[in-house]
Amino acid sequence: MAYDKFTILQSTAVPLSTENVDTDQIIPARFLKATEREGFGDNLFRDWRYDSAGTPKADFVLNDSTYSGKILVAGKNFGCGSSREHAVWALYDYGFRCVVSSFFADIFKNNCLNIGVLPVTVTPAFADKLFAAIAADPLTEVEINLPQQTITLLATGDAESFDINEYKKDNMQHGFDDIDYLINMATEIEGFEANR
Amino acid sequence: MEKNTLFDKIWDAHVVKSVPAGPDVFFIDKHFIHEVTSPVAFLNLEKRGIGVKYPHRTIATPDHNVPTVNQDQTIKDKLSRMQVEKLRENCAKYGIELHDLGSAHHGIVHVIGPELGVTQPGMTIVCGDSHTSTHGAFGAIAFGIGTSEVEMVLATQCIMQSKPKKMRISVEGALGKGVTSKDIILYIISKISAAGATGYFVEYAGSTIRSLSMEARMTICNMSIEMGARGGLIAPDQTTYDFLKGKQYAPAGDDWEKAVAYWNTLRTDDGAVFDQELTFDAVDIEPMITYGTNPGMGIKVVDNIPTTEGMEGSNKTSYLKSLDYMGFAPGEPILGKSVDYVFVGSCTNGRIEDIRAVAQFVKGHKKADSITAWIVPGSREVEKQAQAEGLVAILEEAGFELRQPGCSACLAMNDDKIPAGKYAVSTSNRNFEGRQGPGARTLLASPLTVAAVAITGRITDPREVFQN
Ligand code: SF4
Repeated sequence: MAYDKFTILQSTAVPLSTENVDTDQIIPARFLKATEREGFGDNLFRDWRYDSAGTPKADFVLNDSTYSGKILVAGKNFGCGSSREHAVWALYDYGFRCVVSSFFADIFKNNCLNIGVLPVTVTPAFADKLFAAIAADPLTEVEINLPQQTITLLATGDAESFDINEYKKDNMQHGFDDIDYLINMATEIEGFEANR
Repeated sequence: MEKNTLFDKIWDAHVVKSVPAGPDVFFIDKHFIHEVTSPVAFLNLEKRGIGVKYPHRTIATPDHNVPTVNQDQTIKDKLSRMQVEKLRENCAKYGIELHDLGSAHHGIVHVIGPELGVTQPGMTIVCGDSHTSTHGAFGAIAFGIGTSEVEMVLATQCIMQSKPKKMRISVEGALGKGVTSKDIILYIISKISAAGATGYFVEYAGSTIRSLSMEARMTICNMSIEMGARGGLIAPDQTTYDFLKGKQYAPAGDDWEKAVAYWNTLRTDDGAVFDQELTFDAVDIEPMITYGTNPGMGIKVVDNIPTTEGMEGSNKTSYLKSLDYMGFAPGEPILGKSVDYVFVGSCTNGRIEDIRAVAQFVKGHKKADSITAWIVPGSREVEKQAQAEGLVAILEEAGFELRQPGCSACLAMNDDKIPAGKYAVSTSNRNFEGRQGPGARTLLASPLTVAAVAITGRITDPREVFQN
């Protein structure tokens, strides 16, 4: 479904440096039973965020009011495991519009692009810089400039450019999704199908 | 002439159009759906006011959240029931073939596809489930997709995909006693890490792979995603054809001959170039087990858990966090650790060959008193065959509890949950925190190792039990 357009985002960021965060942690399987795409944000990182009695765990970053923002700065190999798009719905629903990592799992990255959460891949050195800057000042602002394809630490001007293919970039900037594109190709697809 | 890989040949034959500076419009031959990742896709179709374009190219089954007892009764859990009912409703409304609970071909989507002969060489196959890679064992390009893409396939039979890079992993030589295909894949993942094949599509090759049965090949392709690969595939050969021949949806008569002629072209040309090539020796592979919270954290069952030597920063923190969750310490042996549950099942190792292996192993033994042993066939067909071969009787005699088909404790969406803090040695594919229930501690291993653990109640080298 169409989502909010993404051009330039300036925000504080939430750091989560744990490596190999799988989508079972982002949204545990037992919360996948909905038949509509609503309310997944409440269970984002459920078992890291709450104990079994439902009390927030003080040591988890989402429960630490020092940190907030629309950008999640994540550890290496973020989003591995299950293909559940619910993981991205949960991030989006919670309020994240961008996830930054030095390494993303494939399906997760595709899912992000399909629903309007921008995955930004940075070098490990820049990721370290981000973590350090946020630790030093949780209110530090990060700018994601999609048209320019840059990510900038506004306080210092430290910046890096990131990759995204033109097609996906255009979609993100307009809030389009692939299905609009595919539906417009119906005739070509029909011709192809008929020969299979 | 251009030298192509098997993967290129299939991929290129399914590109409807290449978008400049963008992905390919990629045609999907077969689409599997289940109750968990499809409802929102159907809902969105409705919102857009469009229908399912080619219903005969989609096949459905409820597997992820279904109970594994009393499947003939109404599902007790309200949310699970609603998802399954939605699937029924959507299939009826759009004319999609459904293999419902209790029907002859009900089961885990990746078990029934091959069983029905729907999965065939040269096809493109997707499903809103990352272990769709299983079908690659037949020489198909098969991979998992998100719900938005499920919607695209329903609406147009296409998705937008950038072509991944290509990797070939060859395994050469004869496997040792007590070493199975599950050990091969756990070994490979432990060597290249849980992210080692991210961005790649893998072709498995070499004499060891060629010697494997279709079931064993499926186990390997199934876990491709656990090293980050989009999928994995194996060139079709006589083993593939023997498996497929006579299956319900397999071509028959003249069509069969024609199909085989085409399938025989599905080989990587000599001299074709991969972006990466890896080779492993079968003699180096021993029974494997995982000790941490991602499938890359595997060791030989006889080895010690790695120390933190050489690790630093978030790498070390993540490692220690993982061991802490598991209740293990760096450097200690894993053999002899006590275990509470064993689980035989899932799309990795829930096929007839797996159940046979466990039954042969435990025949005449009893499970340890401290162990709860669940065995969950991947499909009704598997269950039926296990009954017919007398395997069920052997397993029940040994103290295993046989449940009805479904994903079950692989992801614990139903009641089959491992309690918090308990240890489960499992034939499934993921040892993530909480995967088998909140707080559950999972160790992945082969069906043989699981059988050995069931008997001794401890982490055991299956080769030791073999000898007695
Ligand atoms: S058995 Fe496990 S891995 Fe396989 S489809 Fe079901 S939940 Fe996924």
